[in-house]
Amino acid sequence: MAIKFMLNGKEQDVDVNPQMPLLWVLRDTLGMTGTKFGCGMALCGACTVHVDGIASRSCLLPISAVAGKQITTIEGLSPDVTHPVQLAWLELDVPQCGYCQSGQIMSAANLLARNPNPTDADIDELMMGNICRCGTYQDIRRAIHRAAEIKAQGAKA
Amino acid sequence: MSTATLLSRRSFLRTGAAGLVLSVTWPEGLIRAAQPARPQYGRGGGESEPRPNAYLHIAPDDSITFEIVKGEMGQGTVTSLSMLLAEELDCDWQKIRTQFAPVDPSLYGNQGVYGSSSIRSTWTPLRTVGATARAMLLEAAARKWAVDKSQLRTENGSIVGPPGKISYGSVAEAAAALPIPSGVPLKNPQQFMLIGKPVKRLDTHDKICGRAQFGIDARPDGLVYAVVARCPVFGGKVASFDATKTKAVPGVKNVVQISTGVAVIADNTWNAIQGRKALEIKWDEGPNAAQTSAKISQLFAERAQQPGLVGKSNGNAQQELSATSKKIEAVYEVPYLAHSTMEPLNCTAVVHPNVSCEIWASTQMQTGSRAIAAQTTGLPPEKVQVNTMYMGGGFGRRGGVDYVRETVEIAQAVPGTPVKLTWTREDDMQHDTYRPAAYVKFSGGVGADGWPTVFVANMACPSFGNGTAEDSGFGGGDHPDGVAVEGLSTFEYDIPNVLVDWRRANAGIPTSYWRSVGYSQNTFFCECFVDELAAAGGKDPVELRRRLLANSPRLLAVLNEAAAKANWGKAPAGRFQGVAVCNHIGSYFAAVAEISMEKGKVRVERVVCASDSGPIVNPSIVRQQLESGVVYGLSATLTGAITIDRGRVVQNNFNDYQVLRINDMPEIEIVAVATDNQPGGIGEASVPLVAPAVCNAIFAATGKRVRRLPLTLEGLV
Repeated sequence: MAIKFMLNGKEQDVDVNPQMPLLWVLRDTLGMTGTKFGCGMALCGACTVHVDGIASRSCLLPISAVAGKQITTIEGLSPDVTHPVQLAWLELDVPQCGYCQSGQIMSAANLLARNPNPTDADIDELMMGNICRCGTYQDIRRAIHRAAEIKAQGAKA
Repeated sequence: MSTATLLSRRSFLRTGAAGLVLSVTWPEGLIRAAQPARPQYGRGGGESEPRPNAYLHIAPDDSITFEIVKGEMGQGTVTSLSMLLAEELDCDWQKIRTQFAPVDPSLYGNQGVYGSSSIRSTWTPLRTVGATARAMLLEAAARKWAVDKSQLRTENGSIVGPPGKISYGSVAEAAAALPIPSGVPLKNPQQFMLIGKPVKRLDTHDKICGRAQFGIDARPDGLVYAVVARCPVFGGKVASFDATKTKAVPGVKNVVQISTGVAVIADNTWNAIQGRKALEIKWDEGPNAAQTSAKISQLFAERAQQPGLVGKSNGNAQQELSATSKKIEAVYEVPYLAHSTMEPLNCTAVVHPNVSCEIWASTQMQTGSRAIAAQTTGLPPEKVQVNTMYMGGGFGRRGGVDYVRETVEIAQAVPGTPVKLTWTREDDMQHDTYRPAAYVKFSGGVGADGWPTVFVANMACPSFGNGTAEDSGFGGGDHPDGVAVEGLSTFEYDIPNVLVDWRRANAGIPTSYWRSVGYSQNTFFCECFVDELAAAGGKDPVELRRRLLANSPRLLAVLNEAAAKANWGKAPAGRFQGVAVCNHIGSYFAAVAEISMEKGKVRVERVVCASDSGPIVNPSIVRQQLESGVVYGLSATLTGAITIDRGRVVQNNFNDYQVLRINDMPEIEIVAVATDNQPGGIGEASVPLVAPAVCNAIFAATGKRVRRLPLTLEGLV
């Protein structure tokens, strides 16, 4: 039976095993490969997407659990790569290998949605679920502060 | 497509397509001369040294495409190699496009990224390609305008002269018809416009919107998905299996036995994983079924008592050891380590039997991937097409081609259908080729004046090819495994009596290169024991190193840079410092770690790292790489350990193989000094410094020596 949800603002239905995690539906069934497989155990954050606006690990989330919900992936975070987090990431050249960065960006965007001016401690608390083996953490901290500035400027304008 | 023209010592390629296309194959001797020698790299004469090549295309519409002949795993090759070409070509940086070059040894020599060699091996060749193309464009414009070339100059992708200004694209076709000049001079460093500047990375945009294509993202039409069940015990194999239940799992298409286990093929990755869970396999666990980490430690300790193969010998160490008035001894040990790249191993392949094979791979060994696919299928290598994909981390793991071979074996079972093999995180952690565990028994002594007189390291550890077909290349006869002893055999301290020797202690656990290779263990051993000698003689650790490195000016310089930046000896209250130095990959590094202790637990607060890797192409990327190495080294120092029980790896995933997360990230400060020396490497740079600098800081804080890693073993984390 088809499961319906909103994917990046558009209606989507898929006919798969209801237990299949959202990650594999995105990657294998729908061909949206921006969301990454890292651990399959919600330990590394590479698969982070937004479910009804909340950062969630898609690797353990059965597709049946997202029926009727709004899903946003890295491909849908902004129409033209202009989300404040993406602008800050671009400005500071955060990615190295880049594999974890979809998840980092989705987590950071969620952090800023909840807390427009996070401290380093706030950043650590929310971002500690996202592993980066290249060690871009210092740049991630800087870029989140910069994204907060960009967002504040955008709000004023 | 083209005819190759051999000209002097270079071969250039032309195409019939519009525009100027330049390719150059460099003689190996030239490249070797440009690369500082690495101590015997281990492989026994298998693959040749990298022969860097270049390829650029200027189209009549002024677009410029650079073929990137190296893989990109975060180390910045796409950007840095483009900078080398663009610097001399004097083109418009904004109009550059890049693509990964095809894998073709006849054009490019050996293509691979390892040993922090990308800049070292392309510094001169790529600049020469750019300069040669520029000279040809100038010549074409001079002929077009009928003026002397000396009246012309280039400016950001255009040629400017008395008649006016024309773009490169408009003379590209004419340039392509000209003879190729040789000996075109390169810029003086003072003339550089791009090199040395923090130019923005070319790969960032695609990596922040989900567009970058990693190996795991390959999706050729008709794709099916596979996982493999492998024997949990190293060296074991399939005795028998029953796939009845697996074949009943929805979506499962096929079950096939391959050389490493049983592959389940399905319509998506998750169904393949479900099918694998339902497999019933009887394993023949082989000779390692009773292996444990404790037994391996015991093996090391026993071997260390036996005669070793000499890696370095100065003076008469044994005689001095018995004569010294103040002798110290210490045993150090480190565990196996996994690479745990963020992108789990994977590969995609389609085989058309007796016709062709195409693979999509995130690999550090592009040529090696092609070769293994050819060997597995029996096809000639030129019938194998390799699509180079972005790597989600490499760290040495993707220097192996085991996962490519597995994929091709599976693809052969479903001819004409592309198959993507994905390793789960657990597969990745339990079937890695690990950084070897290692053991050193140190002895040393200091004279009456407190300065060291003797340093002896008796090493025992597996070779770096343990469990692989290439192991015979890793040490033998009277030679130790060069990479197993590097970091100690390369000892630069001016101590009159030095002995470093090594015993092979293979334990059945597959080993291979891990970011910084032998230095990852031996710099920890060496720099900590040198600190012990300093303490034994009542010397300050930096003062002792300054004195003993008086004849090693580049190491001394980075030591002084790091000590000055870290304010050595004047740590804030509650902070404690430790220092380490290391020369490897043709570069020189020093670090000072600053820690605090709370309730007996260590927190790394700050790491200052200084480097001299010769000329700096992109300071922003160099900073990134040095920070990256600190984080990679910190994970190993604090928590990294692969342990063995019943012949299998105990750890499964990031819950029990913990790596550094942002909340434990120290402040990192980089002092990267550009020098006029030959270009050195940077990718593996700072990794080896972290463990010794942190452990030496722990001694400063507690008076206790940490002689085995990770710190979790000592209850310090």
